[in-house]
Amino acid sequence: MKRHHFGFTLFAVWLCSVPLAADDGVFDQYRDLMGDDNPAVFVIDEGEELWFAPQGPESATLEACDLGLGPGVTAGAYVRFPRYFADADVVMDLESRLVYCMTTIQGRDLDVVNAKPYSLRGDFGTEMEALVTWLAAESEGATIAPEQTHAAERAMYTLGEEIFFYRAGPHDFSCATCHEQSDMRIRLQALPDLTSHSGAAEAWGSWPAYRISQGLVRTMGWRLRDCFRQQRWPELQMGSEVSIALQTYMAVNAAGGTMTAPGLKR
Amino acid sequence: MKALVTGITIALAASVTAWTMASDEIEAVLRNSFVAKNQATMDRLERDAVQSACSAPRGMPLDNDMLTTLRAERLNSVVLPPDGQYLGDWQRGAEVAGNGRGLQSSDDPTQPNGGNCYACHQLAPDEVAYGTLGPSLTGYGARGQSEAMLQYTWTKLWDTHAYNLCSHMPRFGAQGILTEQQLKDVMAYLLDPASPVNQAAE
Repeated sequence: MKRHHFGFTLFAVWLCSVPLAADDGVFDQYRDLMGDDNPAVFVIDEGEELWFAPQGPESATLEACDLGLGPGVTAGAYVRFPRYFADADVVMDLESRLVYCMTTIQGRDLDVVNAKPYSLRGDFGTEMEALVTWLAAESEGATIAPEQTHAAERAMYTLGEEIFFYRAGPHDFSCATCHEQSDMRIRLQALPDLTSHSGAAEAWGSWPAYRISQGLVRTMGWRLRDCFRQQRWPELQMGSEVSIALQTYMAVNAAGGTMTAPGLKR
Repeated sequence: MKALVTGITIALAASVTAWTMASDEIEAVLRNSFVAKNQATMDRLERDAVQSACSAPRGMPLDNDMLTTLRAERLNSVVLPPDGQYLGDWQRGAEVAGNGRGLQSSDDPTQPNGGNCYACHQLAPDEVAYGTLGPSLTGYGARGQSEAMLQYTWTKLWDTHAYNLCSHMPRFGAQGILTEQQLKDVMAYLLDPASPVNQAAE
């Protein structure tokens, strides 16, 4: 454990000494040097502990939670999301599925569970972030293959495409403003083309990710919320239809790619 | 396909575009998925005619007559500086160009908005942290300061859709993102021969 901390500190110091390059190469170098030493390992451990921890009025663990491959099956479950669940009769992303399990299996209050899904800067990270990080790691190396067999799953993709190109707000921004062209960057930050297979696979396959600049693991739900903040839109809600639709759009465009999360990001 | 094209034309005429889904259906989804936060209020999810026309998923057929009409409307709506003065202070313009804040839920509404030009454009050659979504504007001042050039540049900043409908660039004047004085300062940053934009890299 100590080794990780020490290695991370060394690399953080090294990163600060690197002159600003006019591309994303410095972060690629950082990632290479880190190798398997992603600080997200601590969050993965925490997520696993939380999965097996009895919680709520029912004092139940999440082992009875069905992530689509049967109750308690976690290996390879994340790469099939977003997907339709007959018990809830809706398409869910991993975050909304976890909320469903916390309320139905553990008997926890929906408003309490939903109150603070994503940590603020300086926080230690939330239960949701830890669980998602562990479950993504349980799919590491697996092929991205979201379900698109149910009509509701296909409708969710169509909705996601509509929202992706929907321009609104004082700046007229849509997701497409930044993410429909290849090899572009905003300031120094490289922008994935999420309409392409390669861009979507790189992006979808690398979240959740440890954000070096924030010292936290962030989920794709958080990533979307922060994109909309920068789009000057109101705040996107975790587990909302727009969040699930956009994740479906990305995951389906990414299908066939490899899940490499948890990633390591600027 | 014919029926689809006709349907889109009718929808555009009413300024409530729906490409593959009903517009009111999408708006209901948006209302249920977002909550107002600070200055980012829910009315920001409603689209005007330009936003609707420019929300087409790639590959969707467009009504070129409608787009031409809309672009002409934008051109007619441009407000040129009433005092006829286009050029402000390039040093203040540099601040506007580098400032990415303004109108986000996380921004202080009492502070001036930025233009965030560097997010998408290269400007002064010494600034390496520039984006590439828009064309490089380094050396823009070489285009001169003729009345036509001043009007063209002002219009581009005021409402980019007047020339290039569905450009990714925000409408800095028409949407009230920047003040008239801020626009003049950015004009000077682009066009003043003394501006770093028009100096060789050191």
